[in-house]
Amino acid sequence: MFGYEFYIDPSRCIGCRSCLQACEECETHRGHSMINFDFIDREEGIQSAAYVCWHCDEPTCAQVCPADAIKKGEDGVVHSSLKPRCIACNNCVLACPFGIPKMWEPEQQMMKCDMCYDRTSIGKRPMCATVCPSQALAYVRPEDIAHRREKPSNTFVFGNQTITTKVYMMVPEPAQAVIIDAADYIWEARR
Amino acid sequence: MAKLPVSDQQLIELFGPHLNFQPPGGWKDESVHPPEKLVKTHCCFCGQQCGIQLKVRDNTIIGFEPWEEFPFNRGMLCPKGVKRYLQSSHPDRLLDPLLRTDSGFRKATWDESLDFTVRRIREIQEKYGRDAVAMYGGASLSTEKSYLVGKFARLALGTRHVDYNGRLCMVSAGTAYKLAFGIDRSTIPWSEIPKAQVLFVIGANIGDCAPITTDYIWRCRDNGGRLIIADPRITPIARNADLFLPVRPGTDLALLLAMLHVIIRDNMVDRDFVEKYTTGFDQVAASVRDWDPRRAAEITGVPPDAIEKAAHWFGESERAIAMHARGLEHHSKGVENCSAVINLCLATGKIGREGCGPTMITGQGNGQGGREHGQKCDQLPGQRHIADPAAREHVARVWGIRPDELPQAGYTAVEIMNAIHAGEIKALLCLCFNPLVSLPDSNFTREALSRLEYFGVIDFFMSETARQADVVFAGSLHEEEDGLGCSAEGRVIHWQKSVDPPANARADSAILIDLAQRLGRGQYFQFEDKDALLNELREASRGGVADYYGITYDRVDSEHGVFWPCPSLDHPGTPVLFTDRKFYHPDGKAHFMLAEWRPSGDPIAADYPVFLTTGRVVSQYLSGTQTRRIGALVEQYPEPRVEIHPRLAEQHGIVNNDWVRVTTRRDDVTLQALVVKTIRPDTVFIPYHWPGIRSANRLTHRTLDPRSKIPEFKVSACRIEKVSGPESSPDSRPAHANATEGR
Repeated sequence: MFGYEFYIDPSRCIGCRSCLQACEECETHRGHSMINFDFIDREEGIQSAAYVCWHCDEPTCAQVCPADAIKKGEDGVVHSSLKPRCIACNNCVLACPFGIPKMWEPEQQMMKCDMCYDRTSIGKRPMCATVCPSQALAYVRPEDIAHRREKPSNTFVFGNQTITTKVYMMVPEPAQAVIIDAADYIWEARR
Repeated sequence: MAKLPVSDQQLIELFGPHLNFQPPGGWKDESVHPPEKLVKTHCCFCGQQCGIQLKVRDNTIIGFEPWEEFPFNRGMLCPKGVKRYLQSSHPDRLLDPLLRTDSGFRKATWDESLDFTVRRIREIQEKYGRDAVAMYGGASLSTEKSYLVGKFARLALGTRHVDYNGRLCMVSAGTAYKLAFGIDRSTIPWSEIPKAQVLFVIGANIGDCAPITTDYIWRCRDNGGRLIIADPRITPIARNADLFLPVRPGTDLALLLAMLHVIIRDNMVDRDFVEKYTTGFDQVAASVRDWDPRRAAEITGVPPDAIEKAAHWFGESERAIAMHARGLEHHSKGVENCSAVINLCLATGKIGREGCGPTMITGQGNGQGGREHGQKCDQLPGQRHIADPAAREHVARVWGIRPDELPQAGYTAVEIMNAIHAGEIKALLCLCFNPLVSLPDSNFTREALSRLEYFGVIDFFMSETARQADVVFAGSLHEEEDGLGCSAEGRVIHWQKSVDPPANARADSAILIDLAQRLGRGQYFQFEDKDALLNELREASRGGVADYYGITYDRVDSEHGVFWPCPSLDHPGTPVLFTDRKFYHPDGKAHFMLAEWRPSGDPIAADYPVFLTTGRVVSQYLSGTQTRRIGALVEQYPEPRVEIHPRLAEQHGIVNNDWVRVTTRRDDVTLQALVVKTIRPDTVFIPYHWPGIRSANRLTHRTLDPRSKIPEFKVSACRIEKVSGPESSPDSRPAHANATEGR
């Protein structure tokens, strides 16, 4: 969809896993979800994070592929490995700094989020971003995201590697310390 | 009579719950057999009533597609909505009427099962009187079905005892709103939420129980709004609160009284509004004089400065909304709790204008529409009171009877079960209600059901309650009959029929109408089509508070829903209430209601020193009759777990995943621990969607709010101890071992 971008905002995520459930309903990979989802540390807090592939401008997965099986389309979408070429070597799975690619053992093929190109090419938003109740995953125009509290960034620094991506991460303005333990809010605990 | 014919385990093997993971024909089938049509309808779970499109082929639902044009959710769906389609074509689906035998249930014909029912009802009523028969309805029924339940019970069964499972949901809020405003509805639609400068959310786990509302709240924050959350747990939305008030279970009222105290003490009262548009302020002001934040802090555990800050944020803002749900309402002082929230809004003039107002987040699928047109024990269509002579006159005229033929008010849902237990009520017809899982103190419920002389259940699956029945009628799913619903916002919507009931299952309304005919009362139940039924409901509601006269299917379809009251066909509907500062009492004013402090009905003591509170998880719905049969939802949260703070856990030597026995004055259950810092250290939490030995409602108590008769699900006294494992039981299932997945 022309003029739309994908934004991920973990501060909005409520951990409902609607994205995960909806992804496996998608036409091209029915029964398999491509969403990565985790509670960060459930004992310490309720923070959860759901994310899709970041679709790097220079995808590490494609760079390390010895079979040249991973292609980026003109729309910037990085695709699953091409079945005839993929040798299931797991290089991409190991190399991706975001941990996105998954090896599908029965098919001996790397599968990953393709940002629902089958949907976006006919004017529909990606399934996960359509259903996401908190809009932690959002597929909208840049002007629609600009007024949010958190602001978009698409530059990630992993040690010596700096990566720019098609998908944006929403990041907070510098925040004050956040108390995460219910006990520390209680009156008796503070007396 | 109504004891189990065979063991639970045998019934589970025959009727489930079994898990349905894939659409009909498997995952690959849709690419070979694409859908023939997309039907625009709504999710069957929860009061948000998200728009959704169901994919249909060969009279079968094969999947879903988001409905982005529907304005409330704009395509958004929670996991229950995504997987809702899997309840259709489910292997557990009841396809024939079933009659109990000594060895279980056998298939029966409709004639046989209906005639048996009519014969038993007649015998019981001749022997014990008309009111020895009771009827249960439910708030997941369409508005028309809810209307039919009330009419069927009163005209066909001739009993005064008809009530519904909304009694377990938000009736305390409804009662409080009626007392204050003369109308039982959220005062605003959700489109107002992003306009507020302060959102005060008390007792509402919105992320898990009303997920779509989260986006509205985050949009409010994007606009600079501040979020205050009062809850014993740091819920997914509380994580982002600007002010978190960790209120002790059962003490919300003390917090609210202290907030009003501060608002009055520090001159934040809108004197002009109070004087012109309200009554009763002085009495309420006097009642909070002694409630300084220090006293409230002792009771609630919320620091005095946090209470001061909450009151100031709320009182000083130009626009503020107060939202509440079951956490505030499920108390033996539920009405007082809600009245105290309303009092905050009235005192500060935050009502009837942009970005303001008290808001209840109704929980059940048709929690709003199901409580407007007569399936409540004291209510006639249009939110009329059954004791009101003018209301009786009007409804009797529409129904073609004399007013004295209408029974008077009967018992509420829990009182009906009490009367069954006491032997006063001998027969029960139950539709859309699973009281064995959802009523408090389930051992009492099980015993009561065993004392029935006739028990009939209409359901699409064999619920735990249906296992106790003499007759189980194979009824219809949400998608198998046209009907209206009304969302938490007050928006009347269209549940569009997508498929016919399968095999010999029948539409719920057809079952009630057939029964009415066999009871010799068929002349009152003649409806040609869905419009004819709605037209009678429109007439019956006309002139009442919940006036639907101006609402038709055509309007609902073309306008993406209509907000009631809508008294005429050219009326635009009423999204925001009270914009003219006129309230629905005869004096036109809003009424402050006294809310006085009382302790809970199951007090903490030395042998029961820990608070127990119950609630929902995002992947399950109510008693789980539907959602415990959908594989992906069960895998998301397979077993109920008891949430414990690490400090409390440490005192008992409990670590994550240990088995913990939770004991109350009723019973005990043994569940695995989820040790988390997101709950008060004096409180444990258990979700209530499961039956049998995993059922939270074995632990809860039957204390009722004296006016609304809502049970006090949200606070019981318990003790906890580490044990080696659960006792084996027929309905126990393998435990879930993954610590981080459950929540």
